[in-house]
Amino acid sequence: MQNKTKIVQVRKLVKRFGANEVLHGVSFDIDCGEVLAIIGPSGGGKSTLLRCVTNLERITSGTILIDGKTLVKDGIYGTAQNQREVCLSLGLVFQNFNLFPHFSVLRNVTEAQIHVLGRSRAEAESVAMDLLAKMGLASRAHAYPCELSGGQQQRVSIARSLALNPKILFFDEPTSALDPELTGEILKVIRQLAEARMTMAIVTHEMTFARDVADRVIFLDGGVIAEEGPAADVIGNPRNARMQSFLKRYSESGAEWKRSQRTGGSV
Amino acid sequence: MNPAGSQVLFLQAIDWAMLKPMLDGCINTVYLFFLTLLFALPLALPIALGRMSRFKPLSGAINFYLLVMRGTPLILQIIFIYFAPYYLFKATPAPRFAAVTFAFVLNYAAYFAEIYRGGIESIPRGQYEAAKVLGFTKTQTFFRIILPQVIKRIVPATANEVITLVKDTALAQTIGVAELFRAAQTISSARFSVVPIFVAGIFYFIMNAVVDAVFQQIERKLNYYR
Repeated sequence: MQNKTKIVQVRKLVKRFGANEVLHGVSFDIDCGEVLAIIGPSGGGKSTLLRCVTNLERITSGTILIDGKTLVKDGIYGTAQNQREVCLSLGLVFQNFNLFPHFSVLRNVTEAQIHVLGRSRAEAESVAMDLLAKMGLASRAHAYPCELSGGQQQRVSIARSLALNPKILFFDEPTSALDPELTGEILKVIRQLAEARMTMAIVTHEMTFARDVADRVIFLDGGVIAEEGPAADVIGNPRNARMQSFLKRYSESGAEWKRSQRTGGSV
Repeated sequence: MNPAGSQVLFLQAIDWAMLKPMLDGCINTVYLFFLTLLFALPLALPIALGRMSRFKPLSGAINFYLLVMRGTPLILQIIFIYFAPYYLFKATPAPRFAAVTFAFVLNYAAYFAEIYRGGIESIPRGQYEAAKVLGFTKTQTFFRIILPQVIKRIVPATANEVITLVKDTALAQTIGVAELFRAAQTISSARFSVVPIFVAGIFYFIMNAVVDAVFQQIERKLNYYR
């Protein structure tokens, strides 16, 4: 186990909200170039886990290393400056995009490059235009977020994250706020990133997508990792009883499941 | 008397001897208006931030200040600020115009601060989270991401307050500042006529029509996004 190929190392992560313990000592790694899917029932702690690793929530105890650098060790955080530096190696794509509505699409992608990384405006704009072209949005560079569809907004937010050259990109249910017909375009972008060996961790409800794109799956239930392993095994051939019943519930209740069955293979 | 006749009477009552002191009074009115905005609009920002501070002594003290400023009449605050130095310290009172400006700034900063606070608190948490994940510092987040959005949201409420300010300047006469309404009342009693009072009303109306036009322009400028 080489330390430097691990982009994320999480050890015994405990998160409590008041008396309510949401994560009971979760440990996992994410390797460089790996695509990890985090699945599980609602309230299982998926989003909380993602928000802890991306430093949007303070953990109660445990250790998180990002790209070998310590974000929090045994529940103790470094200075705000130190946390900020560590988190520069990670990007996060939100469920509801959270674009900056007062900036054009272009400026959404350049602002952090210029004011966080210190790039020149010209360089930042060339990086941004390159990414927007890859996202099929070059022609919308001067539009405002409110003029775009949900799918387009989400692609801008992916470009905004990628512009800072993160070592790993996290996705928090990136398609859950989208109409079904717009889901495919986001999944396609994530697929392309996976093919380019971008390290990613994706919280998702799209089971077929997770099975096809992820290298590895973590099944989070009741605040613990109930099952973990290669995507094809965990989703295609679950051994864990809770995982089995979760997939069964999913296939019975979910139009989403049926949709992902239908669209997942083709996007 | 027929209506047309009374109209003529109204117009006949207006002459340069009436308008001249009223226009002179307008100078003080306009000065007071702009000085209040010049100091109160920026001052309201640290007040709003202090009110939202998690440091209880600070937010508590500011809360008390806001309560006093919004809970007592402005006319009383003007009188207090002008006379308090004498009654408390036997000090000579400050110049009337300075005292009245000070009172207006303190009073209006309180109202503006509450408008700012409402605006700041209406920005979704996701904006802060996105900025944090992108590596912006807290200061950058506030001035680049949050504040520009706040300004758009608070324009209508601020316009309301600024329009009220135009009319409130009439209270400056309480401690004898020769502003527009003071001039109107002086001429009114000299001539045994209410016409100067109505003329003053027209002056205030025109000033507020200008204020309204300015704010509509600002709203239009900020309308490039939703």
